[in-house]
Amino acid sequence: NRFQLEMQTVTLIPGDGIGPEISSAVMKIFETAKAPIRWEERNVTAIKGPGGRWMIPPDAKESMDKSKIGLKGPLKTPIAAGHPSMNLLLRKTFDLYANVRPCISIEGYKTPYTDVNLVTIRENTEGEYSGIEHVIVDGVVQSIKLITEDASRRIAEYAFEYARNNQRNSVTAVHKANIMRMSDGLFLRKCREVAENYKDIKFTEMYLDTVCLNMVQDPTQFDVLVMPNLYGDILSDLCAGLIGGLGVTPSGNIGANGVAIFESVHGTAPDIAGLDLANPTALLLSAVMMLRHMGLHDYGNKIQTACFDTIRDKKVLTKDLGGNSKCSEFTADICRRIQDLD
Amino acid sequence: MAAHSAVLSMSKIIKPFWGGHLGNTVKVFGTTLTSHRNKSSLTRENIPPPAKYGGRHTVTLIPGDGIGPELLNHVREVFRFSCVPVDFEVVHVNSAVETEDDINNAITAIRRNGVALKGNIETKHTMAPSVKSRNNLLRTSLDLYANVMHCQSLPGVQTRHKNIDIMIIRENTEGEYSSLEHESVSGVVESLKIITRNNSLRIADYAFKLAREKGRRRVTAVHKANIMKLGDGLFLQCCREVASGYPDITFDSMIVDNTTMQLVSKPQQFDVMVMPNLYGNVVSNVCAGLVGGPGLVPGANYGHVYAVFETATRNTGKSIANRNIANPTAMLLASCMMLDHLKLYDHASSIRNAILNTMNETRLHTADIGGQGTTSEVVQTIMRFIQSKGQLTSEY
Repeated sequence: NRFQLEMQTVTLIPGDGIGPEISSAVMKIFETAKAPIRWEERNVTAIKGPGGRWMIPPDAKESMDKSKIGLKGPLKTPIAAGHPSMNLLLRKTFDLYANVRPCISIEGYKTPYTDVNLVTIRENTEGEYSGIEHVIVDGVVQSIKLITEDASRRIAEYAFEYARNNQRNSVTAVHKANIMRMSDGLFLRKCREVAENYKDIKFTEMYLDTVCLNMVQDPTQFDVLVMPNLYGDILSDLCAGLIGGLGVTPSGNIGANGVAIFESVHGTAPDIAGLDLANPTALLLSAVMMLRHMGLHDYGNKIQTACFDTIRDKKVLTKDLGGNSKCSEFTADICRRIQDLD
Repeated sequence: MAAHSAVLSMSKIIKPFWGGHLGNTVKVFGTTLTSHRNKSSLTRENIPPPAKYGGRHTVTLIPGDGIGPELLNHVREVFRFSCVPVDFEVVHVNSAVETEDDINNAITAIRRNGVALKGNIETKHTMAPSVKSRNNLLRTSLDLYANVMHCQSLPGVQTRHKNIDIMIIRENTEGEYSSLEHESVSGVVESLKIITRNNSLRIADYAFKLAREKGRRRVTAVHKANIMKLGDGLFLQCCREVASGYPDITFDSMIVDNTTMQLVSKPQQFDVMVMPNLYGNVVSNVCAGLVGGPGLVPGANYGHVYAVFETATRNTGKSIANRNIANPTAMLLASCMMLDHLKLYDHASSIRNAILNTMNETRLHTADIGGQGTTSEVVQTIMRFIQSKGQLTSEY
């Protein structure tokens, strides 16, 4: 009972290092699955716009504004290049305020932790990463952590909406309001206010240290976690570590005006770039997250099942997953399974 | 507006150096500036424990809230049974009142006795933001700059990771816990994180000295200097400076998010870790969880003059209070650390061995480590082990 969905455009940013090869792996898999996606490839480098401010190339911005959905590979972090990191530029350009990382244990990729199924939602624009630092006197440095009512409300609302749309049962706010009374106190208050409008979702609050303590003992007790920037950074990487690392973790960034950019969060791995050794799982799972965001759940589930089956089978794993196969072999196996599923 | 408040906050930082508690901080200031490369007065061995009369020590005891009072009662019970020459001066701190009189009394008592054993004092959210965390006040007033936690896999406890042996040294007075916050415009709150050169040098020095003392090979600094370039950058720089004076110890650094990822996959790679306050909170809780939970790990807060011992993860445990199910191990091990500090080494080892032997009996494990034993059963067994070793014990 299949009706042809109209093709949707997605801006693809292959990235640097292993970016191009894993992007083509994903494109190949999507083609095999006959997903109604038309890819528009764009490159993102920092260029100086009028007025001297750094910005992304206008054709990339135009493409994203039109398509609203993006898939991004890893981008090089410049050191002493004079311009800020590309991730930061993208974040500022599209006001990507929420970073969402679903961490689900992958059957077949064994870690000491099984049955992990949680989502970390991290406020991505302010908090400890506001970048405001001063040297007060020689030897005394002050970093400012900024918490605003609007940003806190926005992220809380997104967290509850996400929980509702994805059939999750509870949202936990992670904070340190016993020490940072005013700032985390404000964050917590906003979360509580938003929770009032979502009575169907259970809302709890937990200290950051208690979350860390319990997370490494029993991660199954957590569902959706919402938190400010720094705690989100640490916790989302902690949870990625529980399921196997950044090579298998998907990630999505939600912005204002309906923009959403999904990305792999691992590095560019320049040492294996171009050698057909890379693992496309992280980018693939992020693409699956993207399909779900677009409402194309069937395609998303099909591709995810094929990917997990390949990993569970352990016959064609890439080196980082413990095998010896090439990226192309891994991709081909997934494609084969998708065809078998049809 | 921001500059004005920056000046105000600056005066808050500068004042302690030249006003207020002149004695300790001038000593700190002086020694750190001039002789942080030399050994001498920075190791606690050289400072004699005060408050010792007739061979008996007096130690301040702060019961705190939640499981604190019952666990500390068990500590007293074990000490009484083993005839430990320590008398406790109990100071109650009421977390429900807004005035700071109680905590100031506690601080005075600790200044008098030099050593304290405490439970966690709850910080209620319902009170105004101006009511600061009592525990934090205690640490900063007494300048307990180093929080030391030793996470070791215990043989009797089942965990996902084995062979963990990590020492965590966390800066305990500044960083994100400076309690300097203000609402500059309505709806916008700024919280200041302060990193100073002196405190960073001090904690790095402590870490390397401790590493050398305990024969450890590697010190890892945990930071986020790629984002907080000035703040954590300063911390990292200070660690590197101190590291250059200890060529026998390897020094490396790791970003905090990568650290947590490595801790849950391969914790055996870490040896000694040093870090600022907030990352210390996260890392110490992760490590405590890895070795079996909050009921097992003791923690110590050291300053130049004072030392306060407590459980490492500082939980109040309200939900398990007064139900005889709390795990007394962490608090008892903390009291052993205190006995070591007071140079009562024999008593410390006898109690510690009794605790470790009890830990091997799985049927006695409390709920937090997967068993069904009660607190009193565990304590009774510990006392029986102490008695069986032939130490002098009392009859009560």
